[in-house]
This record gives sequence, C-alpha cells and structure tokens, in this order.
Amino acid sequence: MSGIATTGPSRNRWLTAAAWRSLFRDRPMIPLLALLLVLVIVSDIVRPGVVGTEWVGIMLRAAVPLAILAACQTLTMLTGGIDLSVGAVASMAGFVVISLVLSIGLPAAIVVALICALIAGLVNGIGVGVFKVHPLIMTLGMSLVVLGAANFWQIQTVQTSSGVPPAIRTLGSDVFAEVLPYSLIVFIPLAIVILVGLRRTGYGRLLYAVGDNPVAARLSGARSWQVLVVLYIISALLAAIAGFLYAGYTNVASVSLVDSAVLPSVAAAVIGGTSIMGGRGGFGGTIVGVLILTVISSLLTSLGYPEAVRQVLFGAIIVAVAAAYTRVTDQT
Amino acid sequence: MTSIASTATGLLLEASGISKTYGAVVALKDASLAVRPGEVHALMGANGAGKSTLVKILTGAVRPDGGTIAVRGRERTVHSPAEARHGGLVSVYQEPALIPDLDIRSNLRLTETPIEPFRHWLAQLGLEGLDLSSMARHVPLASLRIVDLARALASEPDVLMLDEMTAALPANLTERVLEVVGRRRGGDSSVIFISHRLIEIAAVCDRATVLREGETVGVVDVTEGSEQQIVEHMLGEAASGIAARTGAAGAARARVADVKPRVAARSLASGARLHDASFELFAGEVLGVVALEGQGQDELFDVLAGSERPSGGELLVDGNAASFRHPADAIRAGLVYIAADRAEALLMQRSVRENIALPFITRLRAWGLIDAGEENRKVDTAIATLQIDTRAHGEVRRLSGGNQQKVTIARWVAGGVKTMLCFDPTRGIDIRTKSQIYVLLRDLAEAGAAVLLYTSELKEVQLVCDRAIVIFGGRVVAEIAAADADEPTLLRAAYNLRADVEMPEVVAAEAVATGTAADAAVAASIAAAATSAVGGPSSASAPPAGGDAPEDAP
Repeated sequence: MSGIATTGPSRNRWLTAAAWRSLFRDRPMIPLLALLLVLVIVSDIVRPGVVGTEWVGIMLRAAVPLAILAACQTLTMLTGGIDLSVGAVASMAGFVVISLVLSIGLPAAIVVALICALIAGLVNGIGVGVFKVHPLIMTLGMSLVVLGAANFWQIQTVQTSSGVPPAIRTLGSDVFAEVLPYSLIVFIPLAIVILVGLRRTGYGRLLYAVGDNPVAARLSGARSWQVLVVLYIISALLAAIAGFLYAGYTNVASVSLVDSAVLPSVAAAVIGGTSIMGGRGGFGGTIVGVLILTVISSLLTSLGYPEAVRQVLFGAIIVAVAAAYTRVTDQT
Repeated sequence: MTSIASTATGLLLEASGISKTYGAVVALKDASLAVRPGEVHALMGANGAGKSTLVKILTGAVRPDGGTIAVRGRERTVHSPAEARHGGLVSVYQEPALIPDLDIRSNLRLTETPIEPFRHWLAQLGLEGLDLSSMARHVPLASLRIVDLARALASEPDVLMLDEMTAALPANLTERVLEVVGRRRGGDSSVIFISHRLIEIAAVCDRATVLREGETVGVVDVTEGSEQQIVEHMLGEAASGIAARTGAAGAARARVADVKPRVAARSLASGARLHDASFELFAGEVLGVVALEGQGQDELFDVLAGSERPSGGELLVDGNAASFRHPADAIRAGLVYIAADRAEALLMQRSVRENIALPFITRLRAWGLIDAGEENRKVDTAIATLQIDTRAHGEVRRLSGGNQQKVTIARWVAGGVKTMLCFDPTRGIDIRTKSQIYVLLRDLAEAGAAVLLYTSELKEVQLVCDRAIVIFGGRVVAEIAAADADEPTLLRAAYNLRADVEMPEVVAAEAVATGTAADAAVAASIAAAATSAVGGPSSASAPPAGGDAPEDAP
C-alpha cells in the first residue's frame, strides 16, 4: 500500500502520503476494493485461466454464508460488543432442521430452529444488556451452552435423518444462470435490510450511538438494554439463517459445522472497517472483507498446501491484513 | 532576572513567568509562586484562574509554554510526576493515588516508601489502627487520603503539595491533617496548601499567592482580616465593568410571584455531597447556580437530569412529584441536560446531523425508518439557530470546542425546550461562542423555557441570570437577585462568608449555632487553631460547644 504514496513529485511526497491517508480514511472502500482486485489478479497468475464465471460462482457460494455471519459481528461490534456464539447457534440451527425435517416437515423444522436461536439470542441480550456481562464472555459461554444442548439433542434423536433436505441443499450449493448461487436469493434482501437499516432507521442509528458513547446515548434518553436485547436476537436469527446455508453448502449435519467460521466472520468485519471499539463501520465494508477472505482462502487451496499449513497461513494473513488496514485508514 | 533573584533570596521553590495555552484558551499568562523554606503557602484562585494548571506544571504532569522553575535556586525542568517527586516535590491530590487491587503495603513498595516513617505519620494523623495488609479498595476513601498523605510525608519531601486535601474529610481527620501541616512550619521543608476553605487557610498558612485569569495578582501575608484581601485579589476590578440587565430581570421576577414553579426541589439529597437543596425554578427565567468545586452541584444536576436517584427530598415538576429512574424519564418530563464535559455528551465519531438528531430516535416507537425531511428541517433549524460551523461535515471530534458545545445544545433546541439544565456550558470555549450561548439562553427564557445554569464564571450570573442560588456544603445557603449578584457578593456567598462576618472565630461560632455537631466540631477546632496561628489573642467569642475542640492546637 505504501508504494502508492510515491506517485507525486518527491518534494511533495510527505504531503501526498498524507493526502492518500486522508482519502483512505474518508473512503475506506477504496483500499479494500484495490486489495480485492490485487488478490483476484494474483489468483489468476497462480493458476492462469482459473478466474472466470465458474470461479465467481464458487467464490460467491462460499462467501454468502460467511457474509451473514459477518453481519452478526458487524452489528454487535458497532455497539462495542461481539457475538462469538454465532458458530454454535448456526451449527445448532442447521442440525435441528436436518434432524426434524422428516418428522415435522421443512417449514416447521425451520421455525423450530429459529425459535431455538431466538432463545439463545434473547439470553445473550439480557446478559449483555441488563446484567452487563461482557459480550465476549456472555457469547462465548452461550456458545458452549448451545453446543451442549445440541449434543444432547443429537443423542436423543435416533439417527433417522435422510441427510440434508434437497431444498436446503439447493439453496446452499446450487447456482442458477451458471454463476449466481441460489443463496443470493436469501442474502440480497437481508443485505439490503441491513444496509438501509443501519443508515435510515432509528434503531440503526442507536447501534452506532450506543457503541460510540454509551453515556451520551443514555443522557439523550436511549435505554441501551432495549437496543442490546434486540440486537443479540437479530444476531442469533441471522446466525441461524447462515447455519441453514452452511448445512446446504457442505451437505453435512454436524453440531460443530460452523465453528471454524467464527474467526473469519470477526476478521471480515474488522478488515471491512468496522471498529471493534464500536461506533464506526458498516456492512458494505464487511461484504468486501468477506470476499477478500474467501479469495485468500481459495488461493491458499489452489497453491496445494496441506490443510494444516493453510490454517496457519490463513490465520496469519487475517491478522496481518487487519493490522495493515487499521494502519492505513486510521488517522493516528 | 528570575534565576538571579532566586539564588539571592534562598527560596525553596520559585516558579516565575509561567505561561500555558491550550489552543485558543489561555490557562496561564504570567504565573509565579515563591515558597520560602519552612512556610505553609496557600495557593488561591477562583475557578478557572489557572490554579490546577499551575499545579500540574509544578508536578510535571503538564509542560509549560514559558517560564522557569527553580528548586533551591537551581533551575530545573520537570518532565514527569516521578521526576518531580525525585526532586523533592511530592503532591497529594483529591483522588487517592493508590492501586485499588493491591494492599497498602504493596502500594507503599511501589513508591519505595519506607514503612517505619509511614507508620509514624499514620499514627500522627490518627490512623494507627490501619491494617497494612488490607486491599486499598476496601479502605474507606477518607482513610485512603490519609494514607496518601502519610506516604507523602514519609518520603520527607522538600515541598509537599496538598490539593484540596481536606475536602470531604470527616471533622476529626481534618483536624489532624491541619495539625500535622501546621507543625511543619518553621522547619526546613515547605507545604503548598490548596483549599477553598478560607478558614483553613487562615488556620495554617503563612502566606498566600493569589491567581486571577492566569496571572499571579498578589502575595498576601496571612494575618487577621487577610481573607478580605485575598478575596479582593481573586476578584480584581473585573466586577465594575459589567452593566447588569436589571430591567428585564425585574420584570421576570415580578411575573413569577403567583405562578407555579416549573421545577421545585425540596431538601434534595444525593450521594456524599448533596444534603439539602431546596429551590424553585420558574418558566421564563434563567436561574444561576453558584458553588465552589465539589459542593454538591454535580450531584444536584445528576438528580435533576435523571442520572442518579436522590437519597432524600422531593422533586416537583409542574407541581407533580417526579421520580426519574433514567435520563429518558427526565427528558419526557421536559428536563434536558447539557454537560460541561463534551466528551460525555457527544458521539465523537459521528456527524453533526446524527448528534443533533440523537434524542429523536431514542424512544421505541422511533426505531423505524427515519423521516429524512422532518429530521433535516429540525436539524437545519437548530444549526442555524446556534450558528454551528459545519464546514467539517464529517466527525464531530474534528470540530472546535465551541462548535462541539453548540452541537450538544442544538440537540435539545431542535426538539423544543421546556426546562434546560446547563452545567457550566461555557467552560473552556472561546469568548465569541460564549456570548452566543448567553444570548441563546436569554432567548430561550424569553420564549418561556426555564433554564438552570451552573457556572464557574461568576460574571456570567449578571450577564445571563435573573437570580442565583448559592450552594455550599451540599446546601442552598443563599439566593441573590441578579442586580446584587456582583462578583464579590457571589464569591463571599460561595465561601459562605457574610459581608459582616470576617473573623474565623465568628464563622466558627455561627457554625456552632446553626450547623450540625460535626460541622461545629471542625469549625471550632479550626477557629482554635486559627487563633493561635494568626497570633491574635484568644477571643472571647470562643464557641460554647468548645468541649469538642482540641486543646492541643499548634
């Protein structure tokens, strides 16, 4: 990134660097999109000809469920919180649907899964909003509780499941018009609601307000517990929807299916410019952050490293990108 | 010239020509302080005179823009509090400087304080029973301050600086502290003593340096009647230049006689500092609140704004009893609060628009889609009313202090104001914005709003208010009409001095007659100490309740 700064005449180099910096600060999407473009080009260099319509479809299909999980992190991080229970809640929701679909049908199974998620979110919200438990502890504890409950359910239900129901599988893993995954049908309306909701609704503004300065929000009459309870319920419901898509995407029924996506979901929000301290960021950046992580992940796979090496590299890259991005866009 | 003088006179500490500006605000212009060995030296000044800045500079917490500091004739630059301590200047602040999760002994180890001298001083200060292995967080606040003082004394400082050491100490401990401080006179080391209580100054201090508007305006030998001199120095000639707006104020006062008050407080109490505040605030007036720091005004505003629940007393809004559990309740009752600390009130990373519109969206029914047209109209009107400079469209933190303060006010003006509670709204902002805020507050009152204005700048009272109440020691002690509220009157009232009362003994006697037993004990002991300190003859007006007074005054 720093190479860009040297374009001006050398006499003005420092000034130019400052100008770039302020540009990045005001338009954080520019460096993000530039990074995404570089990664796409690198992907094409590593395996010439790979980047095409089919590749785009594969990337989008992998990115959509992660983007929904990252939405949970974006929303909670705006208030200065975090939701680490999304992995457990998503896995649980997917598993509940698969285990119930034969006995009660798909719509009812989805409703049951959403209700389970809602309860988890409600408890999270009450813990964080009313009892002021730190969100990290609250949601981490909740993820254990949900995992345990899901395990219990797994033991109780005889394994009569016929596997992932076809509708869910289509939604999670099929594409239409050669490129576009069906999951976009779920994702696009959700994304529009989140993007508009953050900008144009009172509730969205309150998320920023509570995260930026809880004292100011309180003095202005906001009751932050109401905001937080609703927030963690929304987050858990989004996680459940992501869980359905993950189940369809992987065609697997497991109570720990989505666990490995929790860190990337946090990283995507951070890379996308949402401050973990609250008050700053948005979902647009998060979507680009998800795409960046997805491309990096596929790039590592195409390099042919074994799984263990990929995990090490992926973790290291997430930290490095997040650190570099924070440096470029922050004013100090 | 300064360094030559200091070597010649054998001063222990000499600061001269100290200046410091924060942006456009001049905190210190030309402050000086000369402390002789063996004296207890008072540092005085009204709020905003630059006292705390000078203290921070002396202790190395803040670097001065100009001026010199010499210790025992040698000029030195102090970069940090630790360095200052090393150089023999040790301070004890209002807030105890102990780590709450360590026991007392470990805290002492952190500052390399020798234990035996510490125990000695602790005993001298009346806390010999303290268990050194108890966690600092479990020790009561008053005892912690004594621990802080004993620790400072144990390190045998050349100059000991006590910043409001006695504020909120119970009577018996105050007495011990004054005793110990008084006994240090005549030795090799010195004490810089900062207190709002003139009777304490009279009791233990030899000389007083008075700051006003960032300048040292006088050094007074503390003797009988020197309180008047100190107060005059603090005031200067500032009071004479202001024309009071008596006409409008008189009309407003005449009007309120037969009207129900918008807000009425009856014996409100809250926390450790607010004991008994009673007053009435009427629609159409600006009521000033005058108090020295820490007299309970913070607690009063917290109660009125719904941030804290009162521990006693009654609050009536439009004649109905009100009980606020949350600021939202106060806002619904029409009481809106403007904080002095803008960091407390603003969303620093958000835009001016979002900050002003914040109160519109806090209620559940406003959580849905925002009516952009209506919001724009309200926000634009508020921006125009307050003349907010919105050239920096982005984050509020990039605005100037004055513009930030206007945003906090605009937030409430945008929605229509019934009762506005302003806590020192002009603190640290430029003079032009100040006058705009004065005009705005007057306009709001003319339009029928009730405005309660706490101000640390006494001259604001005659500029803006119709009348003022004075809070001292958690009680409303006086009500003064704007026409009479010149600075000397207000300052005397703020120090709880009557125009006809000058001598500390008399103050003490009065406290015995009217105050509680605890107050009386302090006042009596201080008066006793003062008598001998000033060197005057033992007065015949010694308090009748003198049984509580110590016999061993220094």
